Amino acid sequence: MTRSRARTSGLRRTPARAVARLGELFDGYLDPARPHADAYDEMFGEDSSVRSAYRALYDSIAPSQVAELTARSEALDRAFVDQGITFSLSGQERPFPLDLIPRVLTAAEWSKLERGIVQRVRALELFLADIYGDAQIVRDGVLPRRLITSCEHFHREATLLKPPNGVRLHVSGVDLVRDESGTFRVLEDNLRCPSGVSYVMENRRTMARVFPDLFARHRVRSVGDYAVHLLRALRNAAAPNAADPNVVVLTPGVANSAYFEHSLLARQMGVELVEGRDLFCRDNVVYLRTTEGERQVDVIYRRIDDDFLDPVHFRPDSVLGVAGLLNAARAGNVVIANAVGNGVADDKLVYTYLPEIVQYYLGEKPLLPNVDTFRCWLPEERAHVLDHLDELVVKPVEGSGGYGIVFGPQASTRELNALRRTIRANPRGWIAQPVVQLSTVPTKVGDRLAPRHVDLRPFAVNDGNSIFVLPGGLTRVALPEGSLIVNSSQGGGSKDTWVLAARSSTVDRELAEPGLATSAVESPAAEQGPELTTSQQQQQQQQEKGA
Amino acid sequence: MLARNAESLYWIGRYVERADDTARILDVSVHQLLEDATVDPDATSRQLLAVLGIDAPGDASFDVWSLTELVAYSSDHAGSIVASINSARENTRGAREVVSTEMWECLNAMYNAVRERQAYARVMGPHAFFAFVEERAAMFAGLADSTMSRDDGWRFLVLGRSVERVDMIVRLLLSRVADKASSPGWVTVLRSAGAHDTYLRTYRGAMDASRVVQFLLLDRLFPRSVFHALRQAEACLEQLDHQPTVRVGARAEALRLLGRARSDLEFLRPHDLLDDLPRRLKALQATVRDVGEAVSKQYFHTAPWVAWTNAEVV
Repeated sequence: MTRSRARTSGLRRTPARAVARLGELFDGYLDPARPHADAYDEMFGEDSSVRSAYRALYDSIAPSQVAELTARSEALDRAFVDQGITFSLSGQERPFPLDLIPRVLTAAEWSKLERGIVQRVRALELFLADIYGDAQIVRDGVLPRRLITSCEHFHREATLLKPPNGVRLHVSGVDLVRDESGTFRVLEDNLRCPSGVSYVMENRRTMARVFPDLFARHRVRSVGDYAVHLLRALRNAAAPNAADPNVVVLTPGVANSAYFEHSLLARQMGVELVEGRDLFCRDNVVYLRTTEGERQVDVIYRRIDDDFLDPVHFRPDSVLGVAGLLNAARAGNVVIANAVGNGVADDKLVYTYLPEIVQYYLGEKPLLPNVDTFRCWLPEERAHVLDHLDELVVKPVEGSGGYGIVFGPQASTRELNALRRTIRANPRGWIAQPVVQLSTVPTKVGDRLAPRHVDLRPFAVNDGNSIFVLPGGLTRVALPEGSLIVNSSQGGGSKDTWVLAARSSTVDRELAEPGLATSAVESPAAEQGPELTTSQQQQQQQQEKGA
Repeated sequence: MLARNAESLYWIGRYVERADDTARILDVSVHQLLEDATVDPDATSRQLLAVLGIDAPGDASFDVWSLTELVAYSSDHAGSIVASINSARENTRGAREVVSTEMWECLNAMYNAVRERQAYARVMGPHAFFAFVEERAAMFAGLADSTMSRDDGWRFLVLGRSVERVDMIVRLLLSRVADKASSPGWVTVLRSAGAHDTYLRTYRGAMDASRVVQFLLLDRLFPRSVFHALRQAEACLEQLDHQPTVRVGARAEALRLLGRARSDLEFLRPHDLLDDLPRRLKALQATVRDVGEAVSKQYFHTAPWVAWTNAEVV
């Protein structure tokens, strides 16, 4: 009923203005009693009107029937399982749940984010070059020396290891959240082996198959050429004497949760996907074991943590790494991407100094603000944290994947007391932030759409000449009601993220580009074999009675 | 190409062929058990298990259903159909960048469907499951044929498939050596190898054990004959050898073994074939095992693991 009314009454053109007219899929969507009701909803504005970015999407979705959405949703799941797009959780392969409703960013929103991310990556590159060089920022007293030296991922082994084209952040992932006012803020940086880009590409491919009509009504910027940019960055990173650099992707192996991604990137770049045991070093040169003997490797896009990379320098029991790799890199015979020791720049305590870092190297104000953060290692801020533990989110500076985070408002007194002792014992190890009510986007939950909290991880690739930011990025969504934790290890899913193309954008220029042939090409019809039985023969065969 | 990937492709070829052929062999035996009231189900089943190299639990008495459970569905017996499917899929997962997406999705969808197909076959009879495995294997072969470049990767895949085919046809024949020359089981053997129509056309309908064995061992043109598979494996190895400069004999051990086995069959008097058939089949089996070892030694050099505990850093 809702469907036919929507079709005939022109609801498509004029957006719904009131909660009551949202349509049955959105029943109870803006219930004022929902948890975190003051979070910014990306589809609906203050007065329940549909925001401009989502208008066309809303008009397509709202009149649909529940059964239709469910069928599409099942098609998405099936496609993922058959393609083996899974991540492993405690040894089990699971499809990464992809929600049906895309998340939409306007061209203007995106261009602001893009500039902010590029600025951040530029500053962090300069910071890393400085830290593993003369450490001028410390000499100038902008950052305390012990901030750097106390960082677990600061590796003295990487000092004076200068990459040939100066790039250390070949790939970075910047985690963004949108606060109550709709402002994007940086929650953390991922500068070691940021993962998730394969889901960006596969989500898009699968959505386009399952929801062709939605794409036909939008102009969504493509995410398909990520591997082209990545391969360019990796080839540019090679030492200048490598004429045709041999690039490989180094994976921990099939049991790793991101194995699918490693394999996808290797396939799309057309390079070998290798494990540590496929490589060996001799005289500071890295070789690949092939069926025709050995072949030199010039660039390693590694998806293994520093600790496991080289048993000679780091964990001696590592069976994933390659003995001698770091020495080969120091000798300039191989380039490791991302560079060893990048973890010093995505330490959550160093993160709090980012405004100073951007100011120091670029002389600019950060375009993307951080989330307000209290540093437990400064006595005054620690005192504040300890007094307000029940209002804050407390995070370990080394943690990732959502592990070790304590939500003050939900923690028991006992947990808070234990946390208090932990912080006092190791103040360097902890930071605290006010609870950010992440923005919400409609998400399919059972038979209807409900607001669920999301974050955004765009990916930036630095090829040494320019920094490319893949339009959109990975939107992760916390599926349990009221949950603010989006990690896949904690019950998170993902959404396709759409960046709408601006009116006069590169998309138009690409569309205007002529095809290979300018004139219409005509071909004769496909050839047919001889007619096997003529109609006359058939008639006579049927008339003949036979013996 | 990367040695580890070459090894994976070789084993993908072997495991897919093994799943396919095990389904075919089992299909013959199951039908014999169901149709021929004179056979002792337990003894026949045990004989089949021995031929397939699967350890039979001593206490239980076998029938059609428990035989199928063990050889087809059980995933903890290496050699069962399900175990072969799992291994083929696991190898493909580790070598995704050298197989096409279509080939991977074919095996992955097969792997995902096993549970459901098994449940269905438990109700509808095991043939439904065998047909599923055979169809998927055929689909995989077709996709490999139309999507893989004819490079070394393709050669390792075909090498694995051919080597396994020799092994499995030998086992198929071994499972029947106790039959009488006039047993109707020989027709089923041909059917299970997909060779029935071709055989009838070749021998103008004459049906006896010696011709069936001759066809499956020696036929030059039929792709599932042992001779044909041996020659194909040989061809793959010759193409893999990039410096064929050797003037006497064969440079590589695997090639030598295959060539010898092939010429043994090639220059055998066809009517001598049935004399001493079990010994001949056993010898072929031994050759297959040695070829596997030689190939692995020549191409899949795996690194010895070195412990770096207490390494001195200078």
